[in-house]
Amino acid sequence: MSFPKLQEAFGSNSIRVGAIALDREHAIELAGELLVSSGRVTPEYTAEMVDVLESHGPYFVLAPGIAIAHSKPSDAVISTGLSLLTLAEAIPFGNSANDPVRLVLGMSAIDHNTHIEMLAELSALLGDVRTVNSLLNATDTEQIRALL
Amino acid sequence: MKIIAVCGMGIGTSVLLKMNAEKVLAQLGIEATVEATDMKTARESRDAQVILTTPDLAQLLTGLPSEIITIDHFFDLEELTNKLSASLL
Repeated sequence: MSFPKLQEAFGSNSIRVGAIALDREHAIELAGELLVSSGRVTPEYTAEMVDVLESHGPYFVLAPGIAIAHSKPSDAVISTGLSLLTLAEAIPFGNSANDPVRLVLGMSAIDHNTHIEMLAELSALLGDVRTVNSLLNATDTEQIRALL
Repeated sequence: MKIIAVCGMGIGTSVLLKMNAEKVLAQLGIEATVEATDMKTARESRDAQVILTTPDLAQLLTGLPSEIITIDHFFDLEELTNKLSASLL
């Protein structure tokens, strides 16, 4: 299966493999930095992503080991996109169902609609256990792009 | 029937939940509209029969007339199917 919207959503420098995060805030910041380095958001958006954790808790750990960090459409968003990092060591986010986290995605959306098809593809990608294992076991970013 | 899918911001988690819930409801033959909303809108909502959300957020949505169904694994259609059919069929 191929995912054209995901191929578009992950800009250059939006993927990182085997990152070391000190804690959950740091893991979210790393995902935000990849959105910044791929030109999707300004650094303010990264701070907003961490604020969401503080205000709403770690609800966005949506499946075993997988967190999707994001804020909402604002001036800090340049365009809709995704970032992805795998962690060398799993980090507890405090989510009772799905801790600890090894795969962190960052997401930006310019509005409430244009990212819907991208999310549908993301759901299909992450709904496949073998694909998730391949993402986690990837040793370079090209192996991850090959799964999209 | 109206179902609302709820997350913190109303653009990520809730949209994923809405898409997968619509798939499952169609398979189960249940007619319902599913809306993705943020926590603020959900707290003001009184007309939804069911609220779909995460266990963490469910704790913050008390005192509403809707039945709350919590989902652990958002990409697992089997969990959604089991929980929606147990509640609605």
